[in-house]
Amino acid sequence: MSAHEDVDRGVPGPGRVPGPPIAIDVRNLSRRFGDFVAVDGVSFDVRAGEVFGFLGSNGAGKSTTIRMLCGLLRPTSGTAIVDGVDVGRDPERVKPRIGYMSQKFSLYERLTVDQNIAFYGGVYGVRGARLSTRRDFVLDMAGLRGKERTLTGELSGGWRQRLALGCAILHEPSIVFLDEPTGGVDPLSRRRFWKLIDELSRSGVGVLVTTHYLDEAEHCHRIAIIQAGKLAALGTVAELKAPFAGRPIVEVRTSRPVEAMRLLDAMPQVEKTSIFGTSVHAVLRTADAGADTIDAALTGRIEGPIETSLVEPSLEDVFLDLAMRSASAS
Amino acid sequence: MIGAKTRAVAVKELRQILRDRRTLMILLFVPAFFLLVYGYALNFDIRNVRLAVQDNDRSSVSRELISAFVNSGYFDLVADVSSPAEVDGLINRNEARAVLVIPARFGADARLGRATTVQLIVNGDNANSATTVVGYALSLVSALSTRYEIEARLASAAGPALSIEPRIWYNPELRSALFLVPGLIAYIAMLTAVVSTSLSVVREKEVGTMEQVRMAPLGPVPYVFGKTLPYFFISLASATGIVLVAMALFDLPMRGSWLALIAAVSLFLVGALAFGLLISTIAETQQVAFQVALLTSYLPTLMLSGFIFPISSMPTFLQLVTYIVPARYFLVVLRGIVLKGVPLGTFWAELGALAVFAFVTLGLASFRLRRQWA
Repeated sequence: MSAHEDVDRGVPGPGRVPGPPIAIDVRNLSRRFGDFVAVDGVSFDVRAGEVFGFLGSNGAGKSTTIRMLCGLLRPTSGTAIVDGVDVGRDPERVKPRIGYMSQKFSLYERLTVDQNIAFYGGVYGVRGARLSTRRDFVLDMAGLRGKERTLTGELSGGWRQRLALGCAILHEPSIVFLDEPTGGVDPLSRRRFWKLIDELSRSGVGVLVTTHYLDEAEHCHRIAIIQAGKLAALGTVAELKAPFAGRPIVEVRTSRPVEAMRLLDAMPQVEKTSIFGTSVHAVLRTADAGADTIDAALTGRIEGPIETSLVEPSLEDVFLDLAMRSASAS
Repeated sequence: MIGAKTRAVAVKELRQILRDRRTLMILLFVPAFFLLVYGYALNFDIRNVRLAVQDNDRSSVSRELISAFVNSGYFDLVADVSSPAEVDGLINRNEARAVLVIPARFGADARLGRATTVQLIVNGDNANSATTVVGYALSLVSALSTRYEIEARLASAAGPALSIEPRIWYNPELRSALFLVPGLIAYIAMLTAVVSTSLSVVREKEVGTMEQVRMAPLGPVPYVFGKTLPYFFISLASATGIVLVAMALFDLPMRGSWLALIAAVSLFLVGALAFGLLISTIAETQQVAFQVALLTSYLPTLMLSGFIFPISSMPTFLQLVTYIVPARYFLVVLRGIVLKGVPLGTFWAELGALAVFAFVTLGLASFRLRRQWA
């Protein structure tokens, strides 16, 4: 691989400017629909070879942002430069440079695997020898060898998802948008899919991915959390968890989480609580109040066995923390 | 020239159609089925009308009149009654659809050339067939009447009498099938073009492939062209097939040129496909698209085009509405080409109306599509 290619693919080489080039540069991006502000002054950048997670609840503005970055929707104000192209000014020039895959795995179910590849090849201008090379690549990547003539509608979720990704990167874009790509897919396929995303980023492709599986988001190099159209947090996973330094989280496993939560909320050392299925997470005010004090305080006051342990903050804790803070602020 | 992207979309669409049995059935078998149903069953000719006779004259002239009815082939003699009460019963039990009442002295009056009247009682519960039956009877009676009139005048050495000898052109036997086939072509072209086009675009919206395609460097124009081309050719093939089948089954004469037929059908199809696209830009679900297509194209083509009901016998308001039904113009052109062999240039007004319709709907559809696309 030549030195020149290194720069292009965004892999930092020795003696070069540190940090890979910027693939997506978003500055003060806003979009209004009438009186409703769907995206409100959002700024971030995505580097080449980076997996950038874009998190937020439904209606927070994720999809609107992606649609603007893909050239489907004009920004009301602000700029977005995608692969060197100003999306607001030249949306049509953005489209050949990006790949897009949505939660719906938008393939034609009545076409075979091969026919879907041929269609997207035709639409993206991938033809002839290049198409057959890329087709082989996609078939291998998705593990669809031997299924070329299977109807896409007959494939299981995992296969379809990988084929959809393959069709989205058939034209070798330098940036890929994945909009909730793992919805409705079994855990094993999800893991395999994230491996593919990882490989993609290693080859220098900038990946912007939205998901509401917060455990998946830990795979991302950096994460942006968007709430009510505004950027609520931005940073690496470690950076996002930094606010929890000195505020240990105690997980209480019990068959009566609601009762436990009420008791925990009344304790002076507990800052706040949240329910995670059959367990309760209690954020403590200081580091010296340990799990054992909680255990002691709860024992005998709740029916059934109780298990308490110190846990690392998860992105879900971060997310809920941010949500509560913005709720109390407004 | 068709670009590579348009071709990719067209090939994809064709493969989808071929894989989709339901659409394929609609496009190929429904036209054939309709042709048979409409050609054979939707027949306005009436034969074997059950006729009862109350002959109060019993002369050779009255017998001649009765046999004229029976020999016409339109009537079957089912009863010979002698009282009005019996007539009531026959009509009420639907044993007779019509009763011919011949007065006493009928024969004598006829021979002398004096005016005389026979009564025809017709069951009017089916107004259409009743009208037709009255028409048959009138012509039978007047034919006989003319003959006696002439005989009477000759006997009295009066001057010559006039008689009408009707000549019906193009469809001498007035067979409904010949009249209906052009309408059927319009109907089926509208069905395949409007319904399947709107459904196929809306399906892509529903499934989400539309969003995916919009993300691709593919403008709305190649998308629309690629998507409608297969339907255009299928509809054209379907229309040609209808003419061929009608020629084989119903002895449809193909008096005009095939080229003129294909040109006229093509013009009509452009408008119909554009209309289907327009519907797809309005409807968000296939169900809505189907209903809108039915209401705005299927029913008007069936009811307001002159396909089944003559426009001239509609109320004025409906007659005005028919001016915006493209099938109205298309039918005139088609009947002219197929039944009369009239050259295309004769129909410049109708073709102009079709062109205006195609132009306006295409403009509206592309305007709306462009706005939705990006």
